[in-house]
Amino acid sequence: MEAFLQFLVSVLNLGSIYALLALGLVVVFGLLGFLNFAHGDLMTLFGYALFFMLGWDMPFVLAAVLAIVFAGLCAIAMERIAFRPLRGRSPMTLLITSFAISGALHVLFQVLISPRSKPIQIPELLSGYITFGEVYISRAQIFTVVIAVVSLLLLNLFLSRSRLGIALRASADDFDIARTMGIQSNRVIALAFFLSGILAGVAALLWISQRGAVFPALGLTPMIKALIAAIIGGLSNPKGALYGGFLLGALEATLLNVLPNEYVVFRDAAVLLLLVVFLVFRPNGIIASNPEPMR
Amino acid sequence: MLKVNNLEVNYGPVAAVKGISFEVQKGELVTIIGANGAGKSSTLNAIMGLVAMTAGEIELSGQSLAEISVEKRACMGLAFSPEGRRVFNSLSVIDNLRAGGMTLSSSKSIERMDVMLEQFPDLRERAHQDAGTLSGGEQQMLAIARALMIDPSCLILDEPSLGLAPKIVSQVFKLIDDLRRSGVTILLVEQNVKKSLAIADRAYVMELGCIVQSGSAQELIHDKEIRDRYLGVVD
Repeated sequence: MEAFLQFLVSVLNLGSIYALLALGLVVVFGLLGFLNFAHGDLMTLFGYALFFMLGWDMPFVLAAVLAIVFAGLCAIAMERIAFRPLRGRSPMTLLITSFAISGALHVLFQVLISPRSKPIQIPELLSGYITFGEVYISRAQIFTVVIAVVSLLLLNLFLSRSRLGIALRASADDFDIARTMGIQSNRVIALAFFLSGILAGVAALLWISQRGAVFPALGLTPMIKALIAAIIGGLSNPKGALYGGFLLGALEATLLNVLPNEYVVFRDAAVLLLLVVFLVFRPNGIIASNPEPMR
Repeated sequence: MLKVNNLEVNYGPVAAVKGISFEVQKGELVTIIGANGAGKSSTLNAIMGLVAMTAGEIELSGQSLAEISVEKRACMGLAFSPEGRRVFNSLSVIDNLRAGGMTLSSSKSIERMDVMLEQFPDLRERAHQDAGTLSGGEQQMLAIARALMIDPSCLILDEPSLGLAPKIVSQVFKLIDDLRRSGVTILLVEQNVKKSLAIADRAYVMELGCIVQSGSAQELIHDKEIRDRYLGVVD
């Protein structure tokens, strides 16, 4: 029972971070048909914003909220500066542009800030463990699960109830027809990028709260995992990102529990193998309702 | 109401619409008939701003649409029910209607949604069902209801009977006829010549990007050439 509880928390912990990131990717993919590889760098931008704001003695909660908003605004700026001038070009052009943005940001972080890790002071509240009988669960993991669940519920509420959310979903479903209904394309695309930035910011908060540092390539590993989660789940539907994220989380947690220590290094290989299996047998992912997004 | 002058639409070197002119008066139901590839849908897409016109002029209520974005045309009262229905599959019926009323205020949108669900009782029964799970006929009703959300000054219908069972086709044409009687201005593009001429006030016949014939629907339905070509009737 104890082992299962610990396993469950690990699944929820990893899965929710991957799901949040994958959702950010899917929200943009649904509209523009490309995977924004610079999505992980929004996590890094969040990290540095948090680092500097904490350096100015700002309370952690306020700094975290402002840094999340900052990540959202950076995503809008990314769209406005780099992607909007290329609107209407092929998804491959946009994908390569996103690689370029990611590369440029890495260099900027290294030159303007530091190539080395910068420590981030995590509040006492998130340090240490909580015990349930024989089970030790880190507070940061519980924080991750709670924040992720709340974020996902809020996102669901926004997408299903608000006019902007419906406009976004309609545009992702059929961009041209949504425009004929007066739904402003520029506004909807900017909103999608803002949401993806916010999701990357929240994921970065959870990621950093368990690691306590920020460095130029911080977003790379979680971004690649999110990419795999999004592809496994299906890029056409936000639900797919959730399924993919939690499936990946479950696989990683299982491998961590099952594999002997000397074989844990093969965990990422197993994840990539899962991706290959999906690409061969179910290339449109678990949910494949609209594999050809409208642009 | 809607006036099209010398409209040309090219796709690269291919001319899809070759300088056609027509108009739709307020309260009229005008139909454009013709075979596949005649340029009917290209004409409608140009009116909606979804494809660029190569030359010509389109006016709605005396105002040129040349510089008006796709999104603003909806604000001017132009509503579109596209070929193949293209309802938002992953959205519920209610959310499709809400998307259709995006240019309205929240209260007006709710008011119009109630009117639509009153007018389309089948949709009311399926209000919370995803549009992608509806039957073809229900999707067509939803596509029309969605377009009617803004209480349009001009409703544009592209092949509303396409791919539907004969019984459902009759229901769709009855609905369009009811809309016409209630005073909605309609531009209807159809391949079902017999049924569209039966409810239209006037009609234009398109072939290979040109208008080759026009007149009142009653004249055309009795025209020998139309009967031979499109209705399969030999006198």
